[in-house]
Amino acid sequence: MTIKEIATLLDAKVVCGKERLDEEHENAFASDLMSDVLTLGDHNPIILTGLCNLQTIRTCEMGNLDIIILVRKKKATEEMIEMAEEEGMVLMECNYSMFKACGILYQAGIQAIY
Amino acid sequence: MHLEYQVYEADFVNAGSASSSIKKTLKQLNINPAIIKRVVVALYEAEVNAIAHAYGGTITADIDANKINIKVVDKGPGIPDIDWAMQEGNSTASPEVRDMGFGAGMGLPNIQKNVDKLNVQSTVGVGTSVEMEVNFK
Ligand SMILES: Nc1ncnc2c1ncn2[C@@H]1O[C@H](COP(=O)(O)OP(=O)(O)O)[C@@H](O)[C@H]1O
Ligand SMILES: [Mg+2]
Repeated sequence: MTIKEIATLLDAKVVCGKERLDEEHENAFASDLMSDVLTLGDHNPIILTGLCNLQTIRTCEMGNLDIIILVRKKKATEEMIEMAEEEGMVLMECNYSMFKACGILYQAGIQAIY
Repeated sequence: MHLEYQVYEADFVNAGSASSSIKKTLKQLNINPAIIKRVVVALYEAEVNAIAHAYGGTITADIDANKINIKVVDKGPGIPDIDWAMQEGNSTASPEVRDMGFGAGMGLPNIQKNVDKLNVQSTVGVGTSVEMEVNFK
């Protein structure tokens, strides 16, 4: 599924990385715990999270995770967008709850890591 | 190559900047991305620990053709029971640390999983040293 299709399904606003909308992705992982996000080994899934601070971006940088969906109406700060841009990430904001956002993507065929 | 960074107590805004810098260096050296990920995941957890649980400290990294050796040495308060701290789920993290997305007691166990050699030493009242080594091949 393309990033653009994902953003449409989630009615999400892409705040950074618009040039990557045509990329295809198949896997996602959801957590508010950054230590969790750092346990994914070789996998580099799309990350859904309600944690919205600079550490969200830093953690994803360390984990080579470069597509981040902020759920629960969380809005990225200027600093977050700046860092995400520097790292060439896609960052989007979604007003849905974590459960709803995950449910929609799962139903549409996005796969879990485990 | 020898690299050195300072980290400061409760400096959550900059938590990860040393890890980020080392990641960029390893990329420039064309190290395998899967190995870079193991190095920086371990280092980042250790860096966050020095900022979140200790009074800051120094990170040094030594890189040669075969491996990277990293030492995160902080200025205390030390870990009273390292075996306890190494177990998944054990944590004394403050609410502030939890707000950052850490504090589930998964850092040290995940460091262990990602490195080839780990040596944690600590003296209560003095400080903690976390030495990690990852082979490039
Ligand atoms: N550098 C350190 N200085 C003092 N205590 C530490 C340090 N690193 C870890 N600890 C102790 O070990 C516990 C477990 O650490 P860790 O596995 O990284 O989990 P977390 O950081 O989520 O609590 C911490 O909660 C803390 O009590
Ligand atoms: Mg920790």
